[in-house]
Amino acid sequence: MAIDGKQVEQLDRVVIRFAGDSGDGMQLTGDRFTQETAAFGNDLSTLPNFPAEIRAPQGTLPGVSSFQVHFADHDILTPGDRPDVLVAMNPAALAANIEALRPGGIVIVDSHDFTSRNLAKAGYTSSPLDDDSLADYQVHPIDLTGMTVEAVSEFGLGRKDAGRAKNMFALGLLSWMYGRPTEGTTAYLEKKFASKPAIRDANLTAFKAGWNFGETTEAFAVSYEIKPAPMAQGRYRNITGNTALSYGLVAAGQQSGLPVFLGAYPITPASDILHELSKHKAFGVTTFQAEDEIAGIGAALGASFGGALGVTTTSGPGISLKSETIGLAVMIELPLLVVDVQRGGPSTGLPTKTEQSDLLQAMFGRNGEAPLPVIAPQSPSDCFDAALEAARIAITYRTPVMLLSDGYLANGSEPWQIPDAASLPRIEPDFATAPGEGETFMPYARDAETHAPAWAPPGVAGLEHRVGGIEKADGTGNISYDPANHDRMVRHRAAKVARVAESIPDLVVDDPSGDARVLVLGWGSTYGPIGAGVRSARAQGIDVAHTHLRHLNPFPRNLGEVLRSYDSVIVPEMNLGQLSMLLRARYLVDVQGYDKVTGMPFGSEELAEVIAQAVKSLDTPSLDRLSQENHR
Amino acid sequence: MSIDLPAPTLARDGLAGVPATDLKQTGKDFTSDQEVRWCPGCGDYAVLKAVQGFLPDLGLKRENIVFVSGIGCSSRFPYYLDTYGMHSIHGRAPAIATGLATSREDLSVWVVTGDGDALSIGGNHLIHALRRNVNMTILLFNNRIYGLTKGQYSPTSEPGKVTKSTPMGSLDTPFNPISLALGAEASFVARTIDTDRKHLTEVLREAAAHRGTALVEIYQNCPIFNDGAFDAIKDPATKDHAVIRLEHGKPVTFGPQGEHGLVRDPVSGAISVVEVDDSNRAGLLVHDAHAEDPSLAFAISRLTDGGYLNRAPVGIFRQVERPAYDDQARAQVASATEAQGPGDLQKLLTGSDTWTIA
Repeated sequence: MAIDGKQVEQLDRVVIRFAGDSGDGMQLTGDRFTQETAAFGNDLSTLPNFPAEIRAPQGTLPGVSSFQVHFADHDILTPGDRPDVLVAMNPAALAANIEALRPGGIVIVDSHDFTSRNLAKAGYTSSPLDDDSLADYQVHPIDLTGMTVEAVSEFGLGRKDAGRAKNMFALGLLSWMYGRPTEGTTAYLEKKFASKPAIRDANLTAFKAGWNFGETTEAFAVSYEIKPAPMAQGRYRNITGNTALSYGLVAAGQQSGLPVFLGAYPITPASDILHELSKHKAFGVTTFQAEDEIAGIGAALGASFGGALGVTTTSGPGISLKSETIGLAVMIELPLLVVDVQRGGPSTGLPTKTEQSDLLQAMFGRNGEAPLPVIAPQSPSDCFDAALEAARIAITYRTPVMLLSDGYLANGSEPWQIPDAASLPRIEPDFATAPGEGETFMPYARDAETHAPAWAPPGVAGLEHRVGGIEKADGTGNISYDPANHDRMVRHRAAKVARVAESIPDLVVDDPSGDARVLVLGWGSTYGPIGAGVRSARAQGIDVAHTHLRHLNPFPRNLGEVLRSYDSVIVPEMNLGQLSMLLRARYLVDVQGYDKVTGMPFGSEELAEVIAQAVKSLDTPSLDRLSQENHR
Repeated sequence: MSIDLPAPTLARDGLAGVPATDLKQTGKDFTSDQEVRWCPGCGDYAVLKAVQGFLPDLGLKRENIVFVSGIGCSSRFPYYLDTYGMHSIHGRAPAIATGLATSREDLSVWVVTGDGDALSIGGNHLIHALRRNVNMTILLFNNRIYGLTKGQYSPTSEPGKVTKSTPMGSLDTPFNPISLALGAEASFVARTIDTDRKHLTEVLREAAAHRGTALVEIYQNCPIFNDGAFDAIKDPATKDHAVIRLEHGKPVTFGPQGEHGLVRDPVSGAISVVEVDDSNRAGLLVHDAHAEDPSLAFAISRLTDGGYLNRAPVGIFRQVERPAYDDQARAQVASATEAQGPGDLQKLLTGSDTWTIA
């Protein structure tokens, strides 16, 4: 098919990576392309990747920021293993990303930036545009900066400001190549730069110039079409994990009728939840930026004591600081949401990269026997449902709940079928009521169903009571050092958390053939890569079952039975085997971990290979197994 | 960018918004059924009695009063009061109380803490509570020693203090809690003494009436690990020469016959003690707790001995009106709700950039 003399080629999926210097606006460019793609109706998944430094030295490898978007005419689960297209705004961006590009992929570079100085900063001794080092790719060196400056010359901007619109030129070009709708970006730029007309017009003009360049240049003979994906009927928007999680917290306040109180200290990659919630005061949301992590959770717990839904948001290092207060919340048995947007650790670790290495900290990172429920969302949009579920458990069972998101979910985005607010579940706080005549309030008497004590915020006569970190006498809550009482209270608190399992659904296994002998089990943000890996393995004719845990503590009641139904269980994790350790300890099942901590999500082909190997090793017993059998 | 915040509601009573009661209350109503377990002779008993005796004067519904404490001997306080209470963790009571006070306008919130709890492990929360000016009253029991851990020096102990952890004498320069609070932008700063029930009660009354964070340092004797630390200001033979009583609007004099007085150097602003006579009587310092500038209060606070306590000013050092954090935080919620209407969840979830699959 040809339009205006140009070929249009049909594709079912494309992965594009925009890469440039931290100051080049690559996150914005990627975000706009994503919005256009969402509006077009493709399924999509994104992976922003940026350095911890706000502006690392210009033109250097540490300063490279990138944004990858995968979009398709069918349902997809990940941002894609390897880009098909790389847009590199400078030599460093090319050097840092070229290895990832699939052979034969398209490279678009801003040739203007390929000066000897910039090449040297990126570690090139000669220009890769002039030698054959890029021979495996379709390379398009384009003077993006020069053409942008020329296109916007009429607006009287200095050369530097004019050149900054080059990201919009690149966006325009890519929008043409993939037939993206442009109205959204036009409206966005008009609004964003409304108060700076010259900048606004320069960006709009650069965007259009990029599109027109694609249409007229002979450099690009083909444009591509990726049909909209068939998705369930309904209304959609694109959403990141941090935004979805914030909305989940707002919704939890609405559905429980409780004011939401967020106490937080800024930390990457969780700060956007604080930013988002601070915009929603009209929902009765109070945000308190505390002096430190400890005050953040302290204030949240104080608000919970007062009858609000106390929430604190942080990342791994913040959890370490909050541990003592989480222990207090366990002890006094009050609702509290603790959100850990995990990042690479230990210590400061990799602040802007993803990891799942706080699971054991969430489970056990407190003194004493201090169990609490742990929940993990599986995709950016699922952060909404996971936050609501965490709130349900916290409020119903009067307990701190740990919600384990991570950097990949936090910043990644995907289409979200907008839920119907009216049909969201209600959450009943069920506050204690004043005792009748002659009755005495027993703050630590327990509910028959949930095993939870009362929630009795101040303000009700007859319910005056004291809570505290010292062990309490069963029932009255008065200080008690009685040995048998302590043993009983420790078991009460553990039994209450275990009781949560009765309110969560059984684990469902995806095993279409019913013949699989290998089960892949994951938790949290690995859902997408594992799901894609499983699909890929099945496409190769391999039988494999897949299931995913949302509840890490307590586990679903049928988990042991599921694990024992397969000859082999593989547990991929972005840590060194934390869930594997829990499963082995709890169920005495010899699960096999596939562990990696690169700060990046798993690739789906990588996992497909792991699955293939696992299935193969069942058919060809290993030497170990043979020797074991010989010994019997 | 910064914006002018909406005009603050000033001059409001510290207890405004807390429901009052017509019921006749006595100290007994505020006494819990729990056995008090401080050491015999502990100054905490006197403070507990004074607080239980004073609370009925406030005329508040008992169920709207909350005491939050940290860790230490004094932090057991909430267990002995029949109000709502939380005995929390070491140093964190001001943070917990901040969340409680901000989310509940209808509560009278009190923090009970000690010199180790407030000034050592919880120093950060104390200064930030003071600068924010959250509506609560902080009772800082200062016995200048660690009691519950059995006798190590505290951040208010005098230098050279010999304790279990400092057999050759402590090396730390102590904090002066009043100076610290003033430096942290506190709007109400006072000091009183455990055994002077009348003065203690007067100060508590003013503190409760203050809108914002009121810090009350209470000198409190630990008979086990630091006995006699306050003898000079309590011994009838020396106390009149040792205690400098501050009263707003009055010249500062002390001594059995008012023979000592304070004067301020017009150049340096430093304050010194003089023997009062006709030549200097007219130039005596007149205490002004309401002065916007805290430098006078700070200069007076420096008359406190850092070593053994032979001299200390007591009373209200500073009492000024400043918007309270929690009032303003609630006002932002209220004005957002008024401007935008109560939050529409469906509208939030839907956002502005959507597409529909038919």
